Amino acid sequence: MPVPTPFHPRTSGLCHSLLWKEWSGYYAVCSYDTCHEREYYALRHAAGLIDVSPLFKADLEGPDAAALLSLVTVRNLRKLRVGRVTYLCWCDDDGKVVDDGTVTRLGEQHYRLTGNGPLCEWLKRYSDDLDVEIEDTSDRYGALALQGPLSRAILLEAAGSDVEKLRFFRGKTSAIGGVPVLITRTGYTGDLGYEVWVERDDALAVWDHLIAAGKPFRLQPAGLDAMDVTRIEAGFVLCGVDYFPAQHCLLDSRKSSPYEIGLGRAVNLDREPFVGQRALREELGRDAVWNMVGLEYDWNDYEVLLGSYGLPPQVCSGAWRDAVPVYDLRERQIGQATSGAWSPLLKKNLALATLKSAHAKPGTRVRVEVTVEYERRAIGATVVATPFFDPPRKKS
Amino acid sequence: MSTHPQSSRYDAIVIGGGHNGLTTAAYLAKAGRKVLVLERRHVLGGAAVSEELHPGFTFSVCSYVVSLLRPHIIRELRLARHGLQIIPLECSFLPLPNGDSLARWSDPERTRREVARFSRNDSERLHEFGLAMTKLCWLAKRIIDSPAPDPASLAPRELLKLLRLGRTMKDDPTDLRWLNFKLLTMSAVDFLDLWFESGVLKAPMSVSGIIGTFLGVRSPGTAYVLLHHYLGEIDGAFRAWGFSKGGTGGISLAIAGAARAYGAEILEQSGVARVLMQGGKAEGVVLENGDTVHAAAVISSVDPNRTFLQLVGEQHLDDEFAAQIRRYRLRGSSGKVNLALDRLPEFSCRPGDGPHLFGDIAIAPGIDYLERAYDDAKYGDFSRRPYINVVIPSLVDPSVAPPGKHVMSCFVQYAPYDIKEGPSHWPERREAFGDTVVDTLAEYIPGLKESILYRQVLTPWDMEQEFGLTEGNIFHGELSQEQLLFLRPAAGWARYRTPIDGLWVCGSGTHPGGGIMGAPGELAAKTMLASRAL
Repeated sequence: MPVPTPFHPRTSGLCHSLLWKEWSGYYAVCSYDTCHEREYYALRHAAGLIDVSPLFKADLEGPDAAALLSLVTVRNLRKLRVGRVTYLCWCDDDGKVVDDGTVTRLGEQHYRLTGNGPLCEWLKRYSDDLDVEIEDTSDRYGALALQGPLSRAILLEAAGSDVEKLRFFRGKTSAIGGVPVLITRTGYTGDLGYEVWVERDDALAVWDHLIAAGKPFRLQPAGLDAMDVTRIEAGFVLCGVDYFPAQHCLLDSRKSSPYEIGLGRAVNLDREPFVGQRALREELGRDAVWNMVGLEYDWNDYEVLLGSYGLPPQVCSGAWRDAVPVYDLRERQIGQATSGAWSPLLKKNLALATLKSAHAKPGTRVRVEVTVEYERRAIGATVVATPFFDPPRKKS
Repeated sequence: MSTHPQSSRYDAIVIGGGHNGLTTAAYLAKAGRKVLVLERRHVLGGAAVSEELHPGFTFSVCSYVVSLLRPHIIRELRLARHGLQIIPLECSFLPLPNGDSLARWSDPERTRREVARFSRNDSERLHEFGLAMTKLCWLAKRIIDSPAPDPASLAPRELLKLLRLGRTMKDDPTDLRWLNFKLLTMSAVDFLDLWFESGVLKAPMSVSGIIGTFLGVRSPGTAYVLLHHYLGEIDGAFRAWGFSKGGTGGISLAIAGAARAYGAEILEQSGVARVLMQGGKAEGVVLENGDTVHAAAVISSVDPNRTFLQLVGEQHLDDEFAAQIRRYRLRGSSGKVNLALDRLPEFSCRPGDGPHLFGDIAIAPGIDYLERAYDDAKYGDFSRRPYINVVIPSLVDPSVAPPGKHVMSCFVQYAPYDIKEGPSHWPERREAFGDTVVDTLAEYIPGLKESILYRQVLTPWDMEQEFGLTEGNIFHGELSQEQLLFLRPAAGWARYRTPIDGLWVCGSGTHPGGGIMGAPGELAAKTMLASRAL
């Protein structure tokens, strides 16, 4: 049975819909209301507050913290300056992705790693000869994602002016209502936004303070359903949905390299050895077999297809994650769309898809399966670059 | 900003920078034509306009919600890329004077429970009504998304069009066809009587049938106007209404952005004094500043009355056509009160800050109340207790007001253009009209008056003077059957062409009519391009 997050006493009172899901062993709100729409619009037009405490966290401290993270992950973290955050992944020896997450450098010898799955055992496999303390801080810290165009204004109210100049992918310690917190300018919505990390015993005070500060700005607690639509608009892959952790895959064909899931730019290949380096170097020489791409469905095709059944066009209001086949124009399967959503903001049906590299160039026309009245049909779609949605305010 | 056109000759000049004029311009520019848009005011949008009337408070000055904007226009002009963002309304709230209230939600089960408090029968019929309306909308959608057929023509192409329309109806079940005829002839209340018994439910539903129309909820013909307000869709859902981010002006600005990106030139503060007529043909326009600009086509997005009787002049029209335009019914019936508030209004019948306030709020506590409001108007007075449709967009789009403060938009009916003192006496009665509205609202929101920071009152007279809506009609002419489809704006002239060579119309006074739809503008442009008029 799942366990409550540090914010559960507040979120449970607000979750009138009783729509919860299990996330890494925790109770997580799908949507506070019966439909996630209001929360989605708050994320895009005001701000939303999402409990992301179930993320796994590990704190690494010691002279060799940088060396360990640089050995395990695809990035050279010695170069990451204090107060900066980076997004990366880590691989197995075959160069297949194990997980993705962020690293924040909190001090000269202090880093925090986040991920979708447990972190510490994997890190300890490589830390034997290194002088580094690894602490699983997953349960120690609660985390809130404050996301949306008004998130900065709210945080200025709640934490004071020292967050005003916090730039994209930077972090700093601060205080909210007298409670020490770490604030990073990160998030999973592809918008202006922050994540607030707090010791679990102080979690409720920080929640209350943010909610109070956010009231005049129409801050809305938001659940995972709303976040899922925003992360697709942002073109962010989701571990376990758009790709699978290598160490959990029964079939090799299910595993992905960083280059295949759009994380190639995170790889610092030419440096001292790291896990998966040789395999990645070889792969780079041969070009990736698969590519993660964005797809935009043809609306007209869809309207005509539904019209032929006597139906008006419909869009589903939430994100989907049941993969469907993608075909080339001669109806040969060239990959799969793994998750997608109607974007109310962009007025487009979007999907993230893994396609054979030959078909992955933006502008390529493909066909994607849709089901109408229990019948499997296909409509046209176009390969596009992600992110689909990338507002200037995200980095401003 | 320069208010002189860059050139003296264009392929097309669009008179009026409202959402339809801009839509026509965008489509023509997209097709490679050299287009100039001339807007009289300092701001684009016509009646779909946002203005910061009070520091920090942005108002949708006239139109205030959107639904009918055609989805294919959004796609074809890539309006999302140019900043169009629509946030759906979540609720329709009806406060009642006896302390009760009814909220209709986008969540159907929640609505069913609310309605059941007034009528269990009605609550269980909501679904059937919704299904019937969806089918009627699906039928009507085919009509509004193409130019009106011409039933008087014997040209094979026209006959084929009518036949095709008839065919599509043939496939519909018989009961739906009967229902469609009933819809066209019945009053809104009679039509709703086919399903519902509770006045508490029917009153707020019936008002969709009178908006912008000088008729009462019991007047025949109003059922169609009801459908017109159901026809809109957001992301495929019929009857979905939404706020445009930044106010309804956001829609116009997005269309203007698209038009400019395609190369159209758009000038503000450039009123057109008259259409330049030479040898019975429209050759261009003369601006109020005296500039003359020539074009192969002059396209007017202003209403038919203003287009033909003021900008062209009756001397250039044949008598029959001039008579039709003179008889074209405008009869503005509504006003608008915009309020800046220093706090969120609290309804005594349902305290709290939402979510019942996250949509539209109707002051329509009964069918008799609405009919009495019409009685006042019939005899040349504004309603002593009017129907008011309130929205508080700052609740879901905080960008339109300072933090913690709100804008409140009140659409008010009836406010007849022809008050008994005469329309030009409206300015003397303006504040009394505003007081009536605020007094009416204050019966439901006790603290309202103390929270008002700023008040703007727009009478039909003001809408005519400031926004160029003749007689203050928000739809550029009533949506009554004798002025719809192939009769809009005049029999035989429903295809955006006019009796004057070189002059076209593309505003809400043409098929398929008003509301922030964009369809007249789009269909006009497409018709012109197809006819190789330019």
